[in-house]
Amino acid sequence: MYDILIIGGGVVGSLCAEAFSGYGASVRVLEAQSDVAMGASGANSGIVHAGFDAKPGSLKARFNVEGACLMPALCARLGVKYVNNGSLVVGFPGDEGAIRALYERGKENGVAPLEILDAARLRELEPNVSPEATVALYAPSAGIVCPYSLTVAALGVAMDNGVKLSLDFRVDRIEDRGDCYRVFSGERFFDGRYLVNCAGLYADEVAAMAGDNSVKITPRSGEYLLLDRRCGKTVSRTVFVAPTKMGKGILVSPTADGNLILGPTSLDIEDKEDKRTTGEGLARVLDGAKRSVPGVPSAVITSFTGLRAVGNTGDFIIKKSAPRMLTFAGIESPGLTSAPALAGYAEKTLCDEGILAEKKQDAVSFRRPARFMAELSAAEKDAWIKKDPAYGRIVCRCEEVTEGEIRDALRENPVPRTLDGIKRRVRAGMGRCQGGFCSPVVMRMISDELGIPFSDVTKRGPGSPLTFGKTKGEDR
Amino acid sequence: MKERSVLIVGGGPAGLAAAVAAYDAGVRDVLIVERDSRVGGILKQCIHPGFGLHRFGCELTGPEYAERYAEEVRRRGIEVMTETFVTGVTPERVVTLQSREGIEEIRAGAVVLAMGCRERPRGALNIPGTRPAGIYTAGTAQRLINVEGYLPGRRVVILGSGDIGLITARRMTLEGAKVLAVCELLPYSGGLARNIEQCLNDFDIPLLLSHTVTEIHGRERLTGVTVSKVDENRRPIPGTERYFECDTLLLSVGLIPENELTEKLGLPLDRRTGGAAVDTDRQTAIPGVFACGNVLHVHDLVDYVSGEAELAGKAAAAYVKGELGGEEKLAVTAGAGIRYTVPQRVRRGETAEVYFRFCDVSRKVEVYAEADGTPLVSKKLLRAAPGEMQKLKVPVPADSANLTIKMRPQA
Repeated sequence: MYDILIIGGGVVGSLCAEAFSGYGASVRVLEAQSDVAMGASGANSGIVHAGFDAKPGSLKARFNVEGACLMPALCARLGVKYVNNGSLVVGFPGDEGAIRALYERGKENGVAPLEILDAARLRELEPNVSPEATVALYAPSAGIVCPYSLTVAALGVAMDNGVKLSLDFRVDRIEDRGDCYRVFSGERFFDGRYLVNCAGLYADEVAAMAGDNSVKITPRSGEYLLLDRRCGKTVSRTVFVAPTKMGKGILVSPTADGNLILGPTSLDIEDKEDKRTTGEGLARVLDGAKRSVPGVPSAVITSFTGLRAVGNTGDFIIKKSAPRMLTFAGIESPGLTSAPALAGYAEKTLCDEGILAEKKQDAVSFRRPARFMAELSAAEKDAWIKKDPAYGRIVCRCEEVTEGEIRDALRENPVPRTLDGIKRRVRAGMGRCQGGFCSPVVMRMISDELGIPFSDVTKRGPGSPLTFGKTKGEDR
Repeated sequence: MKERSVLIVGGGPAGLAAAVAAYDAGVRDVLIVERDSRVGGILKQCIHPGFGLHRFGCELTGPEYAERYAEEVRRRGIEVMTETFVTGVTPERVVTLQSREGIEEIRAGAVVLAMGCRERPRGALNIPGTRPAGIYTAGTAQRLINVEGYLPGRRVVILGSGDIGLITARRMTLEGAKVLAVCELLPYSGGLARNIEQCLNDFDIPLLLSHTVTEIHGRERLTGVTVSKVDENRRPIPGTERYFECDTLLLSVGLIPENELTEKLGLPLDRRTGGAAVDTDRQTAIPGVFACGNVLHVHDLVDYVSGEAELAGKAAAAYVKGELGGEEKLAVTAGAGIRYTVPQRVRRGETAEVYFRFCDVSRKVEVYAEADGTPLVSKKLLRAAPGEMQKLKVPVPADSANLTIKMRPQA
């Protein structure tokens, strides 16, 4: 019996787990996939929004502004890269009203500082922005963060504090047993006194399992292009375009890891697993990016689709789905930014309800960055290598990730079991060759470290084998 | 700071041949820095024959070819550092190394860049669809089979008819997989004619010219690909889609010289070769920094890599000894029908071997070099193809102001 079962290992679930792990309560996270951050938390823009976008008085506005304030210290504590790069919403002739409206909205939401820039000042800050842009809203407090690193690090700290994680546990039934809920995945189950539903795209279905049929989630697909690091300095701030009736438009932004990201498109779909990219979508991303940054380079290293979990209220849905079940649903943009504040809200709610009480004295709250060697000075690198030679051998040449870092990731919570899991922890295979050289080496390391046959190493869990057995001789 | 006369970045075929040549030119402290645990580069996974016909007059496998040079390196006692990564080079030729020993800086009299190339991945092509397991570059598949000993797929479609794609098609077939087709975007194959014969035709593997993969299917592991015919502008023609049920897509869609270090040096890259621009000695725009092999331009035969690397190694030795002339060089222009030339600059008043590639496939052409409007030398070819590198020996006049390599139909 657990005090708390968290359904969903995305950024909200993981930050909740981290927040709860500072108490004496027993906690388990139930994740449907073979790793954490496999849904929207693993595929989004990675923007820490300043908070001028959401309607004043909405939950989005409240949690966005609060989350953006919490993010820098949280990332520093969790060893996650956060860059306070600021954001610009650029406007073209005729957009002055829209920019002014965003400014006013931002002020009302409590975003400070905010500044409206004229064309000259805009050009000075971002020389590569379109010469046709005449006005911009500048939000210096905005930032960028790696969303899956944040998720992994938060759950890692939670697990270091005793939180348990079940992977490949897709919740399909919830039974109210009076003193607790029994949460099933097929025949397997866990009992929990309190449930926190952070199931992302499936938050509506999980709520319904507990009798709450009020929530409806629509997947909204967003296609992205990720560009080579050498393009990462095309702009230094996150560049949005003024919103139109057609939506928020395509952003151009550096990522926390130094690449350039373009996207997303925005299309409501039906299938919650349909993460296809399309020719039209990718073309729309490039066209949209060129509107604000005409010289955007074409050094694409990968494209992907993320699915936002759009709720049926136009706002975040935060509610009690059952007497002892808290649901977070519809956590679309600015969900990543809001996540630390949502976790804080959950922590407070569970304290108020007496589920969380005594703070642990010995709780861990810090974590070393997973990929750290490439960021160090020569002398610092040398010191690490002298302590452990594995930090000297570079396995992923594009991102300069060492054997030591990969080995550490394989021993750290939450332990990755897949090639993509390693990629998302230390960036091996995330660079310009996309794992062409390092994949076989990383597969071998996963096999050796976890003691599984080489053939059992998958890309991202059951059904995604990378090889089909030995051509000759024995598999080991 | 440790010092070496000639430091060679990369212990593949180019680096090994450059080291031997530098040594034989009289420099004794030559150092090869190799990131892998053994020298030989990608040749180590190329277990098929076909190497060495030009250089050794016999057919060798990749590992055999590499071993011949590795043996020469050993015989001379040339220093090799393996599992060592060059993280930086300055124009003053201070090289930063990272290995299990730590971080070390070495001042080099001359540096030879021989880092090789990498394969273009799926992302660079932007093929729409899902992102399942089962999409590999041909070289990664080759490594999984030939080095690790594992079969990466059972039913395979290959995109790109470059040599690695063709060779891997045959290897996959020999290992028991079914290769359904090799698709090529262009109306001709970029691979060697002998490889089309020996790797595809001998195994009845269809080569679909002017075809490309337009969609990827399958959520966890690949379940199939959509293949479409393309028009003369390489755009898919609607209505020509064909679905191939397969678990594996191999990509052989181009090689990219690995010039991250070259760029760190501040050297601009030739847009057409993807490598630095060099002179006859394979010296870059930075004195004492040389480049050779696939990092300079992608070769189709390793025999030519070895030849080029010898020029670079010998010149690096001459530079160290102060015997390399620093005179102004003459720029070579790639004229009509010629995609690029290497070298891009030649010495006046001597005969230069100029390597080049054609822009397109054509028959019965004449290639010629022209200085200040005067034809110098020409060569007739029955067939011109971008996939097959050619060379021309050009006696460069001492007083030329310009030099162009051009192509025209045979008269």
